[in-house]
Amino acid sequence: MTVQAENRTPITALGRLSDFFHAHSRVLLGLLLSPPLLWLGVVYVGSLLALLAYSFFALDDFSGQIASQPTLATYGQLFERSNIDIILRTALMATAVTLTDAAIAFPIAYYAARYARGNQRAAFYIAVILPLWSSYLVRVYAWKLILAKEGIITWEAPHLGLGWLLDDILALPVIGGPSLSISYIGTFLVFCYMWLPYMILPTQAALERVPRNLVEAAGDLGATPAQAFRTVILPLALPGIVAGSIFTFSLTLGDYIIPQIVGNSIYFLGLAVYSQQGTAGNIPLAAALTVVPILIMSVYLTIARRLGAFDAL
Amino acid sequence: MRLAPFHCRLWKCGAPKVTDTQYAVSLDRISRVFGSVRAVDDVSLDIAVGQFFALLGPSGSGKTTCLRLIAGFEQPDTGHIRIFGDPVEGVPPYRRSVNTVFQDYALFPHMNVGDNVAYGLMVRGVARPEREAKAVQALAMVKLEGYGARKPSQLSGGQRQRVALARALVNKPKVLLLDEPLGALDLKLREQMQVELKALQQQVGITFIFVTHDQGEALSMADRVAIFNAGKIVQVGTPEDVYERPQSRFVADFVGSSNILTPDFAARAGGKPAWTSLRPEQILVLPAGSPPDGHASGEGIVQSVSYQGAVTRLTLDVEGMRIALNSPYKVRYQQGDRVRFHWPRAAMYPMPSDEL
Repeated sequence: MTVQAENRTPITALGRLSDFFHAHSRVLLGLLLSPPLLWLGVVYVGSLLALLAYSFFALDDFSGQIASQPTLATYGQLFERSNIDIILRTALMATAVTLTDAAIAFPIAYYAARYARGNQRAAFYIAVILPLWSSYLVRVYAWKLILAKEGIITWEAPHLGLGWLLDDILALPVIGGPSLSISYIGTFLVFCYMWLPYMILPTQAALERVPRNLVEAAGDLGATPAQAFRTVILPLALPGIVAGSIFTFSLTLGDYIIPQIVGNSIYFLGLAVYSQQGTAGNIPLAAALTVVPILIMSVYLTIARRLGAFDAL
Repeated sequence: MRLAPFHCRLWKCGAPKVTDTQYAVSLDRISRVFGSVRAVDDVSLDIAVGQFFALLGPSGSGKTTCLRLIAGFEQPDTGHIRIFGDPVEGVPPYRRSVNTVFQDYALFPHMNVGDNVAYGLMVRGVARPEREAKAVQALAMVKLEGYGARKPSQLSGGQRQRVALARALVNKPKVLLLDEPLGALDLKLREQMQVELKALQQQVGITFIFVTHDQGEALSMADRVAIFNAGKIVQVGTPEDVYERPQSRFVADFVGSSNILTPDFAARAGGKPAWTSLRPEQILVLPAGSPPDGHASGEGIVQSVSYQGAVTRLTLDVEGMRIALNSPYKVRYQQGDRVRFHWPRAAMYPMPSDEL
């Protein structure tokens, strides 16, 4: 032992610290994890729980003050016709956006994961991520300009001989409107655009992890390319698509800016929460409305799990 | 390519019986070029029906590419491939009655073992009860009864290997391709699987073509061996042929690392003046006296001593040649010792080619 010690360079204080952490790796883990866990636990989950606690209070109709008596009355308000409409409308929109984004994202992600190499790959990442570098509001307003009655689509459609198509689309009941920027279609298009990168990236990552030789093995065992896709590629990519859909779905459920700027000013969940806790000053109802997307997401994830979306994880 | 009649692709029917064609697989002057590399370079090979055939060679010698050409994952740039007499140009893998056991098994991680094994039957539209019954039979054949409900991730390497075998064999292929089938297993398991694979092949009677870089594996399992070097086949023959009668210095060195005598040395030892192969196990240490009749002798300096359990391998420097021989286990030698040795002249095999 002494011989060894003599041959070694003297251990510095920093070295002793390294030795200590080497021997007690859990201490290091604790030190590294406690700040983010405190952040998540106290600041994030804590404030969320505080907000949710408000949902069990109610606004006193007379005084406009929050009565701090536990009650389910606020949850009862959720079942009023107007609120049910908001919830259904938002859930429908989120579903439509998610399905559309999945359909658009998959071929792009598939190409990027299986075919793109070198420069093409770099171009793919830039094309997908670049929009996220610019301001969210700028992009929403840009879409408002594109979709507006004075915008490029309305202006260009007759030149392309497609004026009739635009008119027909706008004439559709419910989802149509005076112009694309003042219709459900406009809101839908902007949602789809905004959340598309969040669907592409996880789908691409999942497809990338599907080993190429599994596809070869499927073909070797007699599966046509279509069968190999259905039985091997798609199931293995499903966790990625579900991860992406969690983004697109929950972001649509919570967003309150896009429906304000593009669309016919009809309430979606996020917008309803925004106005209840702001102008209306009804924090309990805002809190109760916040519970709705949490419940919807829980149900969605449970169904996804039941369907085996996470089996390949 | 004609597919076998539907009922023949199912389990009960036995190996496809083909009497009108001689070869299970024929390669006729095939080449496959990747960029500037001729991975397979003008290779011709006929593999008879029912054989256990080894493609042996160092890594990058083109043996795996050859296997992939037969499976249909690659198409040859030139040349023709026939499987049971049928040309397979442009025939995709899923239309070839050939199945592959992949090097890392390529089991589907999201399916249980039973579904993995039944996959080939499933994509061909075999009804569920029938394919499940066949999967159970196939698992029994590889001694994995009762493993059907497990996921591949819950199996050991050896068990995954067996699942991969069952998954391929359940389709009753005309030819089974195995890519380094035992490469990922530890030594003990590998030796056991060599015996089992051989027995399995004889049981099912299907032509097996397997790729390996392990000459011991090739010699112990195969009926015939094709030795690859730099995209070309340098020798085809039985294990005895390639081991005892190597046709080139490359084969002599690669298959069992034979001693290679220079033409000059061979001539002085009473052989032909040609590059000559002399197997280490033919050489004996000569502590004193003169060698027996019909034996030649030599002398060298010990370069290294390597204890290998059953034998101790000595490497000698003999006039600049490296000569390996097995020392009797009781005699201890050290580096730098001068050692005399002798060998039967008949054990020298002059090689027609000096190609390395």
